Parts: sequence; C-alpha cells; structure tokens
Amino acid sequence: MNEVAVVGFAQGHNVRRSEGTTNGVEMLVPLLAEVFEQTSLSKEDIGFWCSGSSDYLAGRAFSFIAAVDALGAFPPIHESHVEMDAAWALYEAWLKIRTGEVDTALVYGFGKSSAGQLRRVLALQLDPYLVAPLWPDSISIAGIQARMGIEAGLWSEREMAEVAARSLADARENPLAQRSGAEDAATLLERPMFADPLRKHDIAPVTDGAAVLVLAAADRAAELADRPAVITGIEHRVDSPTLGARELTRSPSTEAAGAAAGGDGVQLAELHAPFTHQEIILRNALGLGENVRVNPSGGVLAGNPMFAAGLARIGEAAGQILLGNADRVLAHATSGPALQQNLVAVLEGRD
Amino acid sequence: MTASTNPVPAAQPPLSAPLEVGFDYTRSLGPVLGRFVDGLRERRIEGARGSDGRVHVPPVEYDPVTARPLTEFVPVAEVGTVVSWSWIAEPLAGQPLARPFAWALIRLDGADTAMLHAIDVPGPEHLRTGMRVRVRWAAEPVGHIRDIACFVPEDTRHEPGPLPAPPPVAERADGEPVGTVITPIHLRYQHSASPEESRYLRALEQGRLLGQRCPECRKVYIPPRGACPTDGVPTTEEVELPDTGIVTTFCIVNVPFLGQRIKPPYVAAYILLDGADIAFLHLVLGCAAEEVRMGMRVRAAWKPREQWWTTLENIEYFEPTGEPDAAYESFAHHL
Repeated sequence: MNEVAVVGFAQGHNVRRSEGTTNGVEMLVPLLAEVFEQTSLSKEDIGFWCSGSSDYLAGRAFSFIAAVDALGAFPPIHESHVEMDAAWALYEAWLKIRTGEVDTALVYGFGKSSAGQLRRVLALQLDPYLVAPLWPDSISIAGIQARMGIEAGLWSEREMAEVAARSLADARENPLAQRSGAEDAATLLERPMFADPLRKHDIAPVTDGAAVLVLAAADRAAELADRPAVITGIEHRVDSPTLGARELTRSPSTEAAGAAAGGDGVQLAELHAPFTHQEIILRNALGLGENVRVNPSGGVLAGNPMFAAGLARIGEAAGQILLGNADRVLAHATSGPALQQNLVAVLEGRD
Repeated sequence: MTASTNPVPAAQPPLSAPLEVGFDYTRSLGPVLGRFVDGLRERRIEGARGSDGRVHVPPVEYDPVTARPLTEFVPVAEVGTVVSWSWIAEPLAGQPLARPFAWALIRLDGADTAMLHAIDVPGPEHLRTGMRVRVRWAAEPVGHIRDIACFVPEDTRHEPGPLPAPPPVAERADGEPVGTVITPIHLRYQHSASPEESRYLRALEQGRLLGQRCPECRKVYIPPRGACPTDGVPTTEEVELPDTGIVTTFCIVNVPFLGQRIKPPYVAAYILLDGADIAFLHLVLGCAAEEVRMGMRVRAAWKPREQWWTTLENIEYFEPTGEPDAAYESFAHHL
C-alpha cells in the first residue's frame, strides 16, 4: 500500500477571541492559500478533503457545511467531516491515500471556542444518561485526574508547574502562540488555585483557531516538498467512557496506540495535553525518555484551538522534518474527557 | 438590469448577538439504566455485577471485559468513600449546586467502581480523599440521576441550602417503571455574522438589498458569502440589487406545523433578484397559490419603514408584477 507523507502545513494565530464566524471561513481562506503556495498545488489537484469541527462548539447544526465555502468546492469535491479533532480527519484522509483511492488530501480543523462557554460545552461529550445531566465541566474532571496522580505520588504540583513554565518559555519562539512567559515553576506555584488542585497555568487557554495540512502519497510527495514527512505509523485507541472505571492516572489507550505506531527512537514529540499533568501521563504512556524534546512549539498550554489543536500537533511535528530540524518525530492528539481517546503518529524524513 | 456597483466602504465590526440554544433531550433507558433510575426514585442504589465479579455503580449495560450484557443487579449503600475530587469555586449553570462545591469520584460501599457527583461542603479545606460521604436525596425523586441531589459528609446532621428544581419527567402511567429520562440542554453563544453578511444585514435596515460579487467568477451573491463557493475567495465588490426578480422554483405549503405564521395553502419560492446569480427562499403572496409558476415576475412587498431592522423579514413577501414571465432558458442554470 502507498506510504503517506505530510507535505504542507499552516495554522492560524491562536487567539483568545476572534471576530469571525463559527464556520471558520475567514480563518481558513488564508491558510488554504498558504498551503497551496507551500506545495504548488491548487484546489483542483486535491483528491480528498476532510475536516474536524463541532456543532456544539459553533452552536448550530451542520456548521461544517458552511466552512466548505472556503474550499471553493465547485465543481463538486470528494469531502468528509468528523465531529472530532481534525487529527481524526487526518486519519480518514491517510486511509484514502493508503488504499490508493486518491494521492493527495487536504485536512483542516477549526473551532471558535470563545463563542460559547467551552468547559460547559465540553460536558456534552460525557455519558448523556448519568453524567452529562450533572454538567461536570472539563476543568473539574481534569482536576479530579490531577489529584489522583498527586496523591499517589506519581507527579507533584511542582512538576506540573515545570511543564507550564517550559511550555510558556518555548512558546516565546512561536509567533502564533496565544500566550508565552518567562516565569519559573516556583513563581507559578505562588499563584492561587483556580480549580483546586489546578492553577490557571495548569489549564490550556480558551482559544479560537484553525489548522490546515496537506497529505500526499509518498511517490507524489517528493514532487511537492523537498523533505516530506512520511507517516511510518498512525494508530488511535479509546478508553472507557465511564470515568469511575478508568485508570485515570494512566492512559492505556495512548500506551496501546504508541506501541502500535512504533515510537522508538523519536527525537521530539508534540503532545496534545490540555492540562499540565496530562503531559506527564502521556510521556509515561509513550515511554519518552529525557532526551526527547517535548512540545518545542509550546504545546496547547500556549494555545488550544479546539478541533484543530490535535491536527496542529501533527503539523508542528511534521514541520520539524520539513524544515530539516529532525529526522524522526512523534505527534499525539486527544479528544474527549481526561484523555479518553488518543491518536499517535510517527513521522520520518527520508533523504 | 438596474444593478449598480460600488466599492466597499471602510469596514465596521461584524454584527454579533447572543444566541441561546435549548433542547430537552429525551432518552429511552433500556433494562439496565431503567432499573437504576427506578431504584433512585425509591431512594435505593443498585449496581451491576460484571463477569470478573466487580460491581459497577452506576451500572454499565455491557461488561467492560467480555462485552456481554449485564443482568445481575446488586444493591449498594448510600454511603461511600471519596476517591478523588476537585473544587469548583464558581459553579456553572446546570450543575448540582449553585454555591461553591466539590466534584468527586465516590465509591459507594459495596461497589468496585466510582461514580462522579457533587459534594456539598463550605470549602476545599473540608475535604480529603478517603473521607466518608452519603447521599443527599432530592426532595421528590423522579427517576433521574439528579434524584441524588449531591453528597454530604457522612456525619452531617443538618442539610443546609436549597437544591435546584427536579428535572422534567416524561409522561407515564401511574406506577409504571421509568422508561425515559428528559435532560434539558441549554447553551449560550455569542453568534457573529461574517463581515459580508454584516454589510448585507445593515443595508436591509435601510431598505437596500446588497449583494457582493466574487472577484474571480464575477457571480453576484445575495446574501453575500464569506467565500465564493466556486473560488474560495471572499466576495468583495458591492452590488445593490433591485427588489424585483423572478420565481425560479416553488412549492405550495399545505401542511400545518408548529410555529406556522400563515394559514395554508401558501407559496414558498426561490426568488432570483434581477442581477443576482443566486436565489433565496421567500414567500409569494398576493395571488392564488395555484397561479404561481416558474419564471413569474415578482416584486417585494415591504413592511412599513418603521418596522425595518437588520433582517430580510423587512420584506413581508413577494407579489406578482403582472409583467410577462421570464423564459425558462434565462434561469435554467440558476435552478
């Protein structure tokens, strides 16, 4: 079967609040132009289009249909959508190329989290019978998860603050980041609790944003990029939706996906960890050693555009190969409460 | 054609307004969850025993190990142990308590898994993992997870503070088991129109019909698009359109429905304004429904000026002009 490579990637500025519509058209139009310029492709060259977004985030039904205007979808195109982070849209596009049905695909994700009250909207990802009717918010659930690890001695508030300090420091080099900073962990720990045991630095910000990525079959990819990032493994797994039955201090689905994707020997990893302690869970689940650079982009603690942030992790990791900064990288995306669903991709440069 | 073209003046911020979305989700329960909420109505809690002997509370319908349906129910206590918790200083709409409280995973005595719920204590200093808590029942259980109003420390003797109203109950015969639960979902958004839509809506407030032209394919869209669906670029050049056009296609509405504002039969039609390349849906009144036809020339019937605002409802309906019909070939490619 065809190998598949990332040949182009663009993302919008991560911002706390945008003036745009919830269908993302304003943000997507310039990003599409950017990837077409990177790859010398035009919309007529794209074999398959796939997106990730959410009607609950937009507050209206079939909101992704309006986004299709941004593509210039006439004559009619071959298009699909997932109501998940666009990393899962990438998986669908990867399959289309693997099976030989198409040899190029464009994947995009977008979300205007600021339109509603994000942590309340996310309660609707929970079991609709016995959990969602209580409206437990995403931050509270992550707080329960964080405390379990703290009290079991698996991580400390200080280690969580160190994740935040490193991410915000790295984000200073990322012009698209929503927030960045130079404070050390000790300073961050002096801040008050926001949702005990979480402080604000432990929580990814509410972010509006979008990301666009172009995939191509490996033989085609060589024409489109100097150094395509070949996806050597990609897997996604899911843990139980029943929070009280899960081992919340571990991520068995990430462990399984990471093992199946084959992450040995990666130089850097972009991890989708919307809470500081989740980065620690993910590092352990993926067996990433001290020598693996994590989230040089600043990660989602520096900006977390819902439904685009997971795709952006793959784009950021692939970008390190496209730019010649790394040879073998890992990218991770998550969806659902407390790391319920996880996708791992391993990418390699081939000179 | 009377369409006139103007450059787009300096941008105003897009129009934006609060939007509240609400829906009462009605869900069938099935034998496992139905039995669980039936128990809650009688202030008892039952779990389901899995193939490995573990008791799941709340019950799960299928065994997490073997995926077989679970059928053995096990009563458990209404007291239990806090497994982990987090503090919510500013409760959100719809949550079990309107004052600061803790979310917790609680393992009831006799259960092997923990359930997520709220604990009512004055502050986080009153909580610790491992502490014992018990159910505070709703005043009038109805057969819903919210019959458990919250948990309180086991030794709490008084039960202070008001509780939220119970959820709505699906209709059922007296004494019948609970087959359905209703969960109202209400979400608030700030909805924003695109810059192009905002210009269109502001023009409507002045009684003008504003389209915009795609800079590449030259098609005129009304309402204007955030991006031309053919070319993927925002429409830019402003085009003021007349309030006359033709019916491209239509249907006669004979069916009454909730919220209907006109007595059937009446005509809903696609109106293609003169100079536009896309039709929009509106009403055709002012003649008998059976007289409406494809290609019929129509003109807008505007509401009184003092009722205009940023909406196409400023046009109450379209009515026949009496001019000769447009030839089918002239609008065939707009169908």
